[in-house]
Amino acid sequence: MSRTFKHFLLAAGMLAMGASAAGAATLDDVKARSALNCGVSQGLPGFSNPDDKGNWAGLDVDFCRAIAAAIFNDPTKVKFSPLSAKDRFTALQSGAIDVLSRNTTWTMSRDTTLGFNFAGVMYYDGQGFMVRKSLNLKSVSDLNGASICVQTGTTNELNVGDYFRTNNLKYELIAFATIDETIKAYDSGRCDAFTADQSQLYAVRLKLTNAADHVVLQQVISKEPLGPLVRQGDDQWFDLVKWTYFAMLDAEELGVNSKNVDQMGSTANPEIKRLLGTDGKFGEAIGISNDWVARIVKHVGNYGEVFDRNLGPATPLAINRGQNNLWNNGGLQYGMPVR
Amino acid sequence: MTDARLPDSAPARRWSWTDPALRSAVIQVSLAILLIWMAWSFFANAQANLARQGIASGFGFLDNSAGFGITQTLIPYSESMSYGRAFLVGLLNTLLVAVLGIILATVIGFLVGVARLSENVVIRALASAYVEVTRNLPPLFQILFWYLAVLATMPNPRQGWAFGLQPLLQSLANGAASIGLSPLADGLRSLAGDVSGPGVFLSNRGLVVPRPVFEADFNIIFGVLVVGIIAAWIVKRWAHVRREKTGQPFPTFWVGLALVLGPAIIAGFVLGWPMTFEKPELRGFNFAGGVRIIPEFVALLVALSVYTAGFIAEIVRAGILAVSKGQTEAAKSLGMRSGPTMRLIIIPQAMRVIVPPLTSQYLNLTKNSTLGVAVGYPDLFAVFAGTTLNQTGQAIEIIAMTMAVYLTISILTSMLMGWYNKRVALVER
Ligand SMILES: N[C@@H](CCC(=O)N[C@@H](CS)C(=O)NCC(=O)O)C(=O)O
Repeated sequence: MSRTFKHFLLAAGMLAMGASAAGAATLDDVKARSALNCGVSQGLPGFSNPDDKGNWAGLDVDFCRAIAAAIFNDPTKVKFSPLSAKDRFTALQSGAIDVLSRNTTWTMSRDTTLGFNFAGVMYYDGQGFMVRKSLNLKSVSDLNGASICVQTGTTNELNVGDYFRTNNLKYELIAFATIDETIKAYDSGRCDAFTADQSQLYAVRLKLTNAADHVVLQQVISKEPLGPLVRQGDDQWFDLVKWTYFAMLDAEELGVNSKNVDQMGSTANPEIKRLLGTDGKFGEAIGISNDWVARIVKHVGNYGEVFDRNLGPATPLAINRGQNNLWNNGGLQYGMPVR
Repeated sequence: MTDARLPDSAPARRWSWTDPALRSAVIQVSLAILLIWMAWSFFANAQANLARQGIASGFGFLDNSAGFGITQTLIPYSESMSYGRAFLVGLLNTLLVAVLGIILATVIGFLVGVARLSENVVIRALASAYVEVTRNLPPLFQILFWYLAVLATMPNPRQGWAFGLQPLLQSLANGAASIGLSPLADGLRSLAGDVSGPGVFLSNRGLVVPRPVFEADFNIIFGVLVVGIIAAWIVKRWAHVRREKTGQPFPTFWVGLALVLGPAIIAGFVLGWPMTFEKPELRGFNFAGGVRIIPEFVALLVALSVYTAGFIAEIVRAGILAVSKGQTEAAKSLGMRSGPTMRLIIIPQAMRVIVPPLTSQYLNLTKNSTLGVAVGYPDLFAVFAGTTLNQTGQAIEIIAMTMAVYLTISILTSMLMGWYNKRVALVER
């Protein structure tokens, strides 16, 4: 409650006093305060999770680090704000954060009526269900009549309603404010199923008392393109965030990674030269240094490296690239060309 | 300050800053204008900035379909209904937990408050412990405790504890028969026939009980019940007046109870209890049919009542201590026992001290009900200022509406308690 009210007061104050966040040059603000304010989730292994030393790690976290690396040549100049699903949009609208990188589904209403712009799709996902193995369920329709736990303020809360209604299935949906409470309620047996985007289910499973007792059903009931977003109305900042994402994909596609990036700058390949800033003034066009992509790749890595480090087979999540493979590898990830 | 005018020469009103009435009027009018201007520019500015940021505004969203399900709905609701409807559902859920919470907290608070002054050491110590524990643990913690700690001990619906309503009714019937009340026994037996199989289930999905389905004839019984209540009220007034006049006591409670229940029960037997029970049944994951009380509601209700009762107990104790000892002594010397002394002499006087702080506890309880979102209770704050706000992004409209609702509830509670306070105030003679 207090957090919502804080954000609301912030938003109301800013909107009313005319110190409108929109139109203001976000990049200038970020440079002036020497830190990027980045909204992430409150604890989702693989996406944004503080480790035992209090350092944030994950795919969503690394995206913010990449922006900071591009601007400051220092991936640590980020201030992370952990936000619940419910509070995240108010935080971005009010200007409390510069970018929201928090497994947020790109939907039309969020893009239009909430006043945001989505910069890309960091992770192609779909909504799934986690259940107890002992129930022996095969598909979502086996959940007829079940109690389902969900986090409030998500697309998931709405998709369940659509899916169960159109398929004439009965259900009881219990919506909790934060992820911890949702997990505890499911763990205690209040619900037969936990619903969220599949990637989040894998992460949540790791937090249960006995992860091995639970399975994530194969079936998905929705499209959940998760990506970073910014306030509408600051095109320069929007461009910078969008191209940070494309650059990470392009680097992977061109074989530029954190280990070879220093040598790659001197190749003859014109595409790589443009990407790494040894040719052209692409960084200047978005208000930062021309070697911006070299900084990103050196400090944070290309998209594939970031994916593998946080979600890949070597991690407890062990998620396949699948749809998140590059377009030329059978996936959907497609970086626009730097030229 | 040195006014040399003669006392009887009526001062002619002049436009002068030295006239305090005029000065204060001018200041107040300018302040009001300033406030209105500020509010207006706040609003206009916000409107313009929202438009510039591309954020929707206005109240049109209330007609859009909500799309999300709600666990507890006191009025019919489905996902395809509007945000406006969801608002009403949330509001009713808030009122339900607030009203029941206030009643429960008051009952527990009074009992514990009186117990803290008991002569019995054990009772006194228990009451003190209750107050210390409940007042000093944050309410959110208590809600989570009742929800998670208590819920975790409950079995799932398949292994849920089933309580047979039928065996209970059957044994009641046998009891009635053994003391010669054969019509009652017959009635209970026929009821038991209606509820074959277990009717009450307790599990981590909540408490499920049979839903009574009344037939048309049952209205007669309700009518008799209402008449009984009116009669009991009249008797109470009469007994009160008589006691004021003659000092004679009257067993109002028992006579009232007999008047309320007696005729209704007789009517019920005459008409053969025209009602049936819709029994809950385990179907797949959950129970179908019957009435279900969800654990989220129980946890929130119990936590809020128990927490607030700790404060009320202290208020009651302070109120009783504020009544002078002479009152007790006077009652004793008239030969009154301690029970009636408390009920008829001390508490009525203590009420004057108790009611004002009690009001603020009631307001606190209502406000604390917004913590229910932590355990997934769909109150107004969760449904409207939570889910709806998140989906529509219209923070200004939604927070304004939500604040208006809580403000209205608070003002109504205060007015009601103010009216009650006037009634219990000491009438000086
Ligand atoms: N992609 C969906 C769901 C995002 C979401 O918040 N999922 C929850 C599901 S568990 C989550 O990540 N919670 C983490 C947190 O609140 O910290 C959306 O954008 O609405």
